[in-house]
Amino acid sequence: MKETIIIAGFGGQGVLSMGKILAYSGVMQDYEVTWMPSYGPEMRGGTANVTVILSDRRISSPIANEFDTAIILNQQSMEKFEPLVRKGGTLIYDTNGITRHPVRDDISVYTIDATAECAKTGNAKLFNTMILGGYLKVRPIVEMENVMTGLKKSLPERAWKMLPENEQAIIRGGEIIRKVR
Amino acid sequence: MAGKEVKLMKGNEVIAHAAVRYGCDGYFGYPITPQSEVMETLMELKPWETTGMVVLQAESEISSINMVYGAASTGKRVMTSSSSPGISLMAEGLSYIAGAELPCLIINCQRGGPGLGTIQPSQGDYFQACKGGGHGDYKLIVLAPNSVQEMHDHVALGFDLAFKYRNPAMILADGAIGQMMEKVVLAEQRPRKSDAEIAAEYRDWAVYGKPADRPRNVSTSLELQSEAMEKINLRLQAKYKAMEENEVRYEAVDCDDAEYVIVAFGSSARICAATVEAARAEGLKVGLLRPITLYPFPTQALAALAARGVKGFLSVELNAGQMVEDVRLAVNGKAPVEHYGRQGGMIYSPDEVLQALKEKLINR
Repeated sequence: MKETIIIAGFGGQGVLSMGKILAYSGVMQDYEVTWMPSYGPEMRGGTANVTVILSDRRISSPIANEFDTAIILNQQSMEKFEPLVRKGGTLIYDTNGITRHPVRDDISVYTIDATAECAKTGNAKLFNTMILGGYLKVRPIVEMENVMTGLKKSLPERAWKMLPENEQAIIRGGEIIRKVR
Repeated sequence: MAGKEVKLMKGNEVIAHAAVRYGCDGYFGYPITPQSEVMETLMELKPWETTGMVVLQAESEISSINMVYGAASTGKRVMTSSSSPGISLMAEGLSYIAGAELPCLIINCQRGGPGLGTIQPSQGDYFQACKGGGHGDYKLIVLAPNSVQEMHDHVALGFDLAFKYRNPAMILADGAIGQMMEKVVLAEQRPRKSDAEIAAEYRDWAVYGKPADRPRNVSTSLELQSEAMEKINLRLQAKYKAMEENEVRYEAVDCDDAEYVIVAFGSSARICAATVEAARAEGLKVGLLRPITLYPFPTQALAALAARGVKGFLSVELNAGQMVEDVRLAVNGKAPVEHYGRQGGMIYSPDEVLQALKEKLINR
């Protein structure tokens, strides 16, 4: 098993945190893990992305040629990363703010309207865990029990009161993700 | 790893944990991207409340390195960390510390240059780390970790070597290794050395207060008598020769039957390990030689590969071609030696390196 994932969007959307939860979940499942962020000015209002690799073998390069899965949360990231999904790979995106939808027909494409769903409940903080839930529904590479432990481990203790809501968001993400092709 | 708790950490964060657990006495630093997490993590760990380790944010890198100089003179285990432009500010202090023959640990989490350059990863400080940086004939022990676990391990290794040779040691990392999170197993907490232990072990050189039963120790790099200074220079060179004979460390991956060998260190070596896998999958006999110590450099290992008939070497570095000069000296004309690099914070992919290997060596 080796899954190379790029999560890309705006700074503030929880892109890096989502990667961190996924990475911790991988650790809980005894996978080898790398988490390689974009850092610096990109994070401050610009685009942010993180490459997470989970593997049952030693991971050589934390830098990838192409991605098994791309989770795309803004238009700039769509332009940059749609071409880098490997043939037969998976692209998941939130349609909010997307002006040019993915065109490739040699990959699986899913939409998850987490922005809209979070707007309904009024809790935008759950956006990234909802997206993560959608991803795990279509790529169940980590057992849910390990995801929940990973979520807890990736949060500081003062945020543990948010755990039940985030768990619900992960489940809700799995319910609202839709296959396009 | 059985029985040990596995943590997920950034390379920079693990430097802080490793330092505290090693029994480090003091850290003096000044923030700069992409290594600020070293001091941030130390401030979170508050080791002054547990081991008694001092953590101090100085007013500049120049102050940091001179605080290291002063504290190292007393036989304490002290360190600093910075990134490329900050290390340039420390260059004078490094030369003085090397001249005074004091042990300490410096971490350079490199970013692109020259000047303020970029905050993205680079390996553009190879020359600075390995060929001087400061003035005068001196050498740093230079370690090049390629994983978060090695970032951890090299803190202990760096301090051990620094004290073995009474010489500053540098961990030459880069923004990628510093910012990346991976699994790591932390060492057990070791106690800091007591003043009595320091007085016993470093009696001949440390300046911790002069006891009645020995002459005074002077910590200095100054000697105005040329005859005496040359003796110091020769002693330093003999020390460097001993390091070259005893402390070379490297990792050879698939080199035994390799027709072409990639030479790469740090984050580049991780990428090139994937290049080797891809090349082997295509039936190409490619190996990777990864220097773990950049100084002393694995000259003999490369010379042996060249003597065995390796058809070509590709030095892959995030710079315009620096380590390639040492590879050429080692190979000494027995085979072509080429360089492939990216700069400005750009990073090559494994496929890009394979393409370069084919263009520059295999298919030419």
